[in-house]
Amino acid sequence: MPSLGSDMEAGTLVQWLKHPGDAVKRGDIIAVVDTQKGAIEIEVFEEGVIESVQIKQGEKVPVGTVLAMIRGTGPERPRVPAATAPPSAPAREGPPTPAAVSAPQKRPHEEPSRLRVSPLARKLAADLGVDVTQVEGTGSGGAITREDVERAAAALKTSAAHKPSAPTARAGDMRAAIASAMARSKREIPHYYLSSTIDMSGSLAWLRAENEKRPVAERLLPVALLIKAVGLALREVPELNGYWIDGAFREGTGVHVGCAISLRGGGLVAPGLHDADRMDLGTLMRQLTDLVARARTGSLKSSDLADPTITVTNLGDQGAEAAFGIIYPPQVALVGFGKIAERPWVCSGKIEARPLLTATLSADHRATDGHRGGAFLAAVDRLLQAPEKL
Amino acid sequence: MTPDDIKRVVLDVLTRIAPEVDPASIQSGVSFRDQLDLDSMDFLNFVLALHDRLGVDIPEGDYPRLYTLDGAVAYLASKSVRAAAP
Repeated sequence: MPSLGSDMEAGTLVQWLKHPGDAVKRGDIIAVVDTQKGAIEIEVFEEGVIESVQIKQGEKVPVGTVLAMIRGTGPERPRVPAATAPPSAPAREGPPTPAAVSAPQKRPHEEPSRLRVSPLARKLAADLGVDVTQVEGTGSGGAITREDVERAAAALKTSAAHKPSAPTARAGDMRAAIASAMARSKREIPHYYLSSTIDMSGSLAWLRAENEKRPVAERLLPVALLIKAVGLALREVPELNGYWIDGAFREGTGVHVGCAISLRGGGLVAPGLHDADRMDLGTLMRQLTDLVARARTGSLKSSDLADPTITVTNLGDQGAEAAFGIIYPPQVALVGFGKIAERPWVCSGKIEARPLLTATLSADHRATDGHRGGAFLAAVDRLLQAPEKL
Repeated sequence: MTPDDIKRVVLDVLTRIAPEVDPASIQSGVSFRDQLDLDSMDFLNFVLALHDRLGVDIPEGDYPRLYTLDGAVAYLASKSVRAAAP
């Protein structure tokens, strides 16, 4: 059971999508796991043939439990436990707490293996309290679609016997997971906080001109520039990019920017944009749009959540001027961006109205000092003054 | 397309972005962002879906005209009349 963030202690294997005897390669989705963050598709990071599955559908197991064994394709390749986190991901700090291990195990109905349900439909069914084994599938090959689940949910509503609303339970689970990770962060990480005001006139003017040239589907939001600037600035201050594990800093193997995404109805996930420093702005924007859409429809993959090396939170749309965030352990830094708003700015001895942005850094004092944190924010500012080079 | 048809499309697009919203509860003169808690990514998806569904080009400079239901319907009606003209 891969760790999909330090706030995850266990997961329920909802469905096996590959079975013993099936060949798998890196990137294949082999299972769907239900977590406090919703249904997540689990990818495999090995190539070979599935020899055995160790966990039954419906079983809830702690992070680190072997889910399946894969036999490598080459003669010298040993058997490896499958569905662990990718090699670059941080190991979860410490063993699962006794509470997590002894937590009451949910055991939904064992499903017939022929049942075909898309992850989206399955997630929706879980949210709406619909038992998928009782739903008639009308999709291709009898697959249960989102519409089938919605129909079944409507039928449930009209019957007097429907259960209390599941979304509330899901939101409660997610709040508990966030509370646990954030409390641990505040308990263990000696945070320091810095802020810097950035003049965004150059970036916004460039963005306006750029978006005029781009078709609707390829237009950029300011956040794409901000994330790219963070990615490039981390190359200059790499000690903010990585993890604090076992009393030492380990630099990330790439710049994977976790993007805090608020979910409709409450809650928050921070899936990663891999190699954000290397993407051009168009690619970055496309991947971010895709990530937000998948986060909000409950179809994230394990690789989205396994290895962000830093988190960016952009509260700008809600109108807050600055965001001083709590670091998501075992990461060592979090960058916050507030609203871009016209405010007074002194330029060549004159006061002018300029679109200004407050950028903040919350960082782990065990890994860095304010001097390096300041260098990072200065780099973000400098990079945003030359948007054409991002 | 009549303004009523356009309004139906706008409401359909909005409720796909914010599925928990009852279209009947949307107030016509109040900004979508304020009453539906849309962020900039939601708004971009809103514009993109209107572009796809109605076939109208919406320059970024016109985005403020789409902030309310009344504004969006009036703007899109003027654009689709122009798009339909020979």
